[in-house]
Amino acid sequence: MSKLLSVRLVGIFVGLGFAFVALWSLVFGLAPAFSTFAEHGQFVEPTVEHEFHEHPKDYAYSFEGALGKWDTAQLQRGFKVYNEVCAACHSLKFVAFRDLGEIGYDEGQVKAFAASKQVPGIDPNTGEANMRPGLPTDYFPSPYPNAVAAAAANGNAIPPDLSLITKARHDGTNYVASLLSGYGPAPAKLKEEFPEFSTPSTLHFNKYFPNLNLAMAPPLTTAEQVSYDDGTKASVEQMSQDVAAFLTWTAEPTMVKRKQTGWPVLIFLLFATVLAYFSKKQIWAAVKPKKRS
Amino acid sequence: MSFPWARQYEPKTGLTKFLDEKLPLPRLMYGAIGAGYPVPRNLSYFWNFGVLAGFFLVLQIITGVVLAMHYAANAQVAFATTEHIMRDVNWGWVMRYAHANGASFFFIVVYLHIFRGFFYSSYKAPREMIWLLGVVIFLLMMATAFMGYVLPWGQMSFWGAKVITGLFGAIPGIGESIQIWLLGGFAPDNAALNRFFSLHFLLPFVIAGVVILHIWALHIPGSSNPTGVEIKSESDTLPFHPYYTAKDGFGLGVVLLFFFAMVFFSPNMLGHPDNYIEANPLSTPALIVPEWYFYPFYAILRAFTVDFILPAKLWGVLAMFAAILVWFFLPWLDRSPVRSGHYRPLFRKFFWFGLIPCMALLFYLGGAHAEEPYIMLSQIATAYYFLHFLVILPIISQIERPEPLPYSITEAVLGSDKKAVLGENTTPAV
Repeated sequence: MSKLLSVRLVGIFVGLGFAFVALWSLVFGLAPAFSTFAEHGQFVEPTVEHEFHEHPKDYAYSFEGALGKWDTAQLQRGFKVYNEVCAACHSLKFVAFRDLGEIGYDEGQVKAFAASKQVPGIDPNTGEANMRPGLPTDYFPSPYPNAVAAAAANGNAIPPDLSLITKARHDGTNYVASLLSGYGPAPAKLKEEFPEFSTPSTLHFNKYFPNLNLAMAPPLTTAEQVSYDDGTKASVEQMSQDVAAFLTWTAEPTMVKRKQTGWPVLIFLLFATVLAYFSKKQIWAAVKPKKRS
Repeated sequence: MSFPWARQYEPKTGLTKFLDEKLPLPRLMYGAIGAGYPVPRNLSYFWNFGVLAGFFLVLQIITGVVLAMHYAANAQVAFATTEHIMRDVNWGWVMRYAHANGASFFFIVVYLHIFRGFFYSSYKAPREMIWLLGVVIFLLMMATAFMGYVLPWGQMSFWGAKVITGLFGAIPGIGESIQIWLLGGFAPDNAALNRFFSLHFLLPFVIAGVVILHIWALHIPGSSNPTGVEIKSESDTLPFHPYYTAKDGFGLGVVLLFFFAMVFFSPNMLGHPDNYIEANPLSTPALIVPEWYFYPFYAILRAFTVDFILPAKLWGVLAMFAAILVWFFLPWLDRSPVRSGHYRPLFRKFFWFGLIPCMALLFYLGGAHAEEPYIMLSQIATAYYFLHFLVILPIISQIERPEPLPYSITEAVLGSDKKAVLGENTTPAV
């Protein structure tokens, strides 16, 4: 018994110790935190990013929701925007030409498109490295031979690979669409509140970018920059949304299949669970006490 | 031990007779999870989570083994092979999403299992060993989950590995050497990735081994129950099969509905977008956070911001480990003879209005930015956490006046225990 008592005594001592040290940290943090609060009405010093960075706009997409489906026409438009605009700087390394078959292109179109791209290869006669026309099994080639070349060509900011970009950003599809159509001058209110804030000449103000100043120059600047084959009017907003949709597909080509597989699984499980409930009820009926009134 | 009224296994066919003679595996299963295991008749659905945890362990092992067939533990290609699984492997995306969300669900059911134990004092005699083994399983799970999160080699994988192994750097004098030894280098790289993969494959089987001990230890005193009153007679019990296999089956169906809804319709909800960016040692994410199931302990780690004799970082590390290790001592800290929180008015108040809000807060704060007011709140929650287990619980058990307990489980369920009233010995209810 005395041994057990000593476990508790040591315990109380240790518990008080940790609690004391945690509260010791608290005491030192209180004064600065509340002086910041008194000054600004919030616990953290307001920063320009905190005040003026905006969450992406909420666009409507066909693939959203549990019953969502790809809008093939939109994916093809977005692919065209990627190919004619983004591909100049951004790679798409996890996507193969053959994958384009999934967004409604036939075999001939895929072959032709692959052949229009030069990919790194090996000369069969000399063994020298060369460039050859792509095959459907090849992956989208990178616009730069390596990361150093990419950085050198872009003011030291490496354009990220876009294969997974919509999964690699919070609310990614809306983020990409908002960012692409979100360029513009910094609001006057920002300049009033943060006079020291500036956008260097090599950067570009964008309220949807976490740092507000983005290295990428506005890629979509004028309507009809990309001429759509299906006759859709190519406004900057339209192109932004289309390429965001396309990049949602590249990030997870199996997304619609995933949702479509989910329904039969859940319906089966629901059925099995209801059956399990009734068999449980039946098995327990004999030993369940009558409801006491 | 078994109860004297436990049904005995009787092999009927030639094959089962043969087996029973040579290797009585069916007999073992019959007594462990079959009709030969008498279980209190009043278990609530809170007693489902042990079986559910076992289910998710098996699911993790199966999906994990399949993933390992397509994954390559090499820093050059790990991220790409993960994407290969998502894109090119037939049904690879189901395997990966089931594995990632399976880890989350494993932790959800284990946390519920643990908090069931807190409320009903399942750690008390004669079940101390079950509890101790359970805490060992939890620690092994944390190690396994942490190393598994490193394998896709995304940004959070890399920086999480760096931060967590960096904790060992807080040990005075030898800390840095230990960190380098653990990682096999100065920063997480191929050496770390390879050993993490090796251990991530090994540890689940260690967990499975400890789970067997956990269940073995459980069968010595038998399951606890919501009244906390021990089994007195046969009428207090029901055979595990079919009663609890049926009940667990229903519980499993409900949990799987939630699980597959998550896997198929929101598989990345509990993940972090940064882990879809390939690991880059030169680019630090704005916010480095572990997976959600580590949040309470991560919040405790970050609560210590001021040096006090020892460096603040070391206090954080000590507190984080102590926060789990303290669970080992629960059987000897809480000395109240009454087990169930239903009959402990004071304990109950501190449980619902102290421990639960404290843990909820820590869960929230662990994922928040390290800025005020979150730091202040995590300091308060951390202080309460330690006070709750190490100071409040021992004192409550000393001063509390428990409410009257039912005479037996039968009385609690049926309103009266006829056999107890009449002083008879044999009135089997089933």
